Amino acid sequence: MSDFSTFLGGAVRLSVPLAVAGCGEQVAERSGTLNISIEAMMLGGAFFGALGAAVTGTTVGGLAFGMAAGLVVAIVHANFSHRLTANTFVVGLTLNSLLVGLTSFLNETTDLDDHKAKVLEIPLLHRIPEIGGPVFGQRWPNYLILVVIPLSWWIVNRTRWGLELRAAGEDPQAADVTGIDVEKRRRQAIYYCGLMSGLAGALLPLLVTGNFNNNMTAGAGFLVNAAVIFGGWTLRGTMAGAALFGGAKAMYVTVQAIGWKFNPQLLIASPYLIALVTMLLLASRSKRPAALARQFERGIT
Amino acid sequence: VRTLERTGAADGTEEPLAASDPIDDYAEEGRDWGAIGRSLAVNVALYIATVAVAMFLGGLLVLIATDASPWDVYDAMFQGSLNGGAAIGLTLDRSTPTLIVAIGALVATRASITNLGPEGQLLVGACVGTFVALNVPGPGPVAIPIVIICSALGGAVWASLAAVMRYTRGVDIVISTLLLNFVAEQIVTWSVSREYLLQEGGAGNTQSFTQSERIPGDLHLPRLGTYPGFNISTGLFVALALLAIVWVVLDRTRWGFRLKVLGQNPMTARRVGISVAVFGGGALIASGALAGAAGGVMLTGTVFRFQPAFSQGVGFEGLLCALIARRRPGWLVPVALLFGALRAGGGYLSSTGVPGYFVDIVQALIVLATLFPPLFIDLVRRRREHLRARAAAQVDHGATVAVGVAS
Repeated sequence: MSDFSTFLGGAVRLSVPLAVAGCGEQVAERSGTLNISIEAMMLGGAFFGALGAAVTGTTVGGLAFGMAAGLVVAIVHANFSHRLTANTFVVGLTLNSLLVGLTSFLNETTDLDDHKAKVLEIPLLHRIPEIGGPVFGQRWPNYLILVVIPLSWWIVNRTRWGLELRAAGEDPQAADVTGIDVEKRRRQAIYYCGLMSGLAGALLPLLVTGNFNNNMTAGAGFLVNAAVIFGGWTLRGTMAGAALFGGAKAMYVTVQAIGWKFNPQLLIASPYLIALVTMLLLASRSKRPAALARQFERGIT
Repeated sequence: VRTLERTGAADGTEEPLAASDPIDDYAEEGRDWGAIGRSLAVNVALYIATVAVAMFLGGLLVLIATDASPWDVYDAMFQGSLNGGAAIGLTLDRSTPTLIVAIGALVATRASITNLGPEGQLLVGACVGTFVALNVPGPGPVAIPIVIICSALGGAVWASLAAVMRYTRGVDIVISTLLLNFVAEQIVTWSVSREYLLQEGGAGNTQSFTQSERIPGDLHLPRLGTYPGFNISTGLFVALALLAIVWVVLDRTRWGFRLKVLGQNPMTARRVGISVAVFGGGALIASGALAGAAGGVMLTGTVFRFQPAFSQGVGFEGLLCALIARRRPGWLVPVALLFGALRAGGGYLSSTGVPGYFVDIVQALIVLATLFPPLFIDLVRRRREHLRARAAAQVDHGATVAVGVAS
């Protein structure tokens, strides 16, 4: 395999989890909630995904366990910050450290069999030289992204629920007086985000490593937050951000494989640096939801 | 439409309302949750109950996942943190940097700025402090303050990146400070993996690790007391002095007042001529400086050498501490002590064969438990107000209907 297809394969494997979680976070941010517990949701998804796959012996079982774990984290987060009105950053940080502790603790005390999803080669397409193998010859859960992206787009832009959700993110007071339960829409958006992030987390062991490593997300959840901002709160842009950050992560792996001498710390930091620089260049141009990260208080304009 | 009908009612076709006001009935049949929320006994009971639930969940986890008994685990944590002078000293030492970071985070929250970057600011600060400590000769009493001040400057510079991004290009502080943590982590890793920067030189055949040399003994903060008994680093007094200074500045000076105005209403602040960039950016940089200072105190007080894993989550812990205390500086000390006690107790866990991660779990559960009671009381109060308003609306509606029938 050429260097280029090594890189491309790595980029696809590393981008897909970011993109799946990005779909969820984009929905959550459109409803006006800046959810920083994606890291927690992904970590939960990763451990319980590996656990589910080991227990049931199937990839589907792993994905289902991962989604359930993400949803549980989302339920805690949503009810603390959008029912009890706790500061969403307190809840997010706490859940992150809770999940780092919990998954590492459980990882030390349990012994799981490795499990990786099966490779699915798309007929004909995977024979395209250079790009066929890395893009069309991946493990099958990779292709779930083809379902998740249209689903997320349709939910936000073509359903009544999505309209109400965007109203909650743009003008919660107006949404409230028209009878939309703002906090409920935000909670539901976080549940969706939890399902997607849990799925994204479960992809990590099932696609790449086969088992769970302590703190294996290592900041991927925060990159998802950055991807949504990078994309200017559009789904298209978020996916572009996920691909870019995933590509930057793949560079690290590829450069080592090729044997180039390149500063490893700079490569590890590069997705974050790219995120910061693009925010610096694009921040004033993008259109963020008007009520993003502002707590909803009834009757206050 | 309703206004018109009301006007009609005022014309004299008014029917007397029902003798007893349904709103009052509602208040009588239920309990007055506002008063209950203010009652100390209820508050204390709720706190005890939620913390007990948190501890129970932690214990349950031990039972399910390990062979140890929950009782032994909690006992070990108690032995490590509170049993005897040495343990209490350890707890105080562990809470010191958390407290300093929290003081900084308090400054930022006063201006309604969420600085999620104390972890990175602490690392950069400590890294700069180590560089100074290893290269500046001088007697301890002079050099130690210099090291801590340089650490603070390092943290301030790192925070100022986010401030510049915010006030020149409008980049959200929450995300920029968060991402800068990861960049900081790589920068300090890089600095301790290069011998021309901070990496220790391997003497003879020994392999050199990715860490700095130990800082000279001269530069260790003095300790009070000796080991078997109660002993603490004087860093604690640095933290308390900083707390006193910041408290006075926030509550008793013009600057503090301006920060408060800015935090509560940026529009008002702009109208009365408070520069959002100067005060907002200043608060962010000050919080970064204090996070850096916390790194300097850790370096000279307890750790003595720099490694990439130097901070061990102290930055996030301090931030959490300030966010839990919200706008009350007095709460910082007890919360920091609680976190310090959990950390100190965690050191003893290895004796029970339970992974040290258990401390993170218990800590997070206790944070959630302490968040719960005031918010729960608030939620119940809001629910009741909502129900009252609905009852009132029904009375209103009833009256309107009555008027309609009468006319």
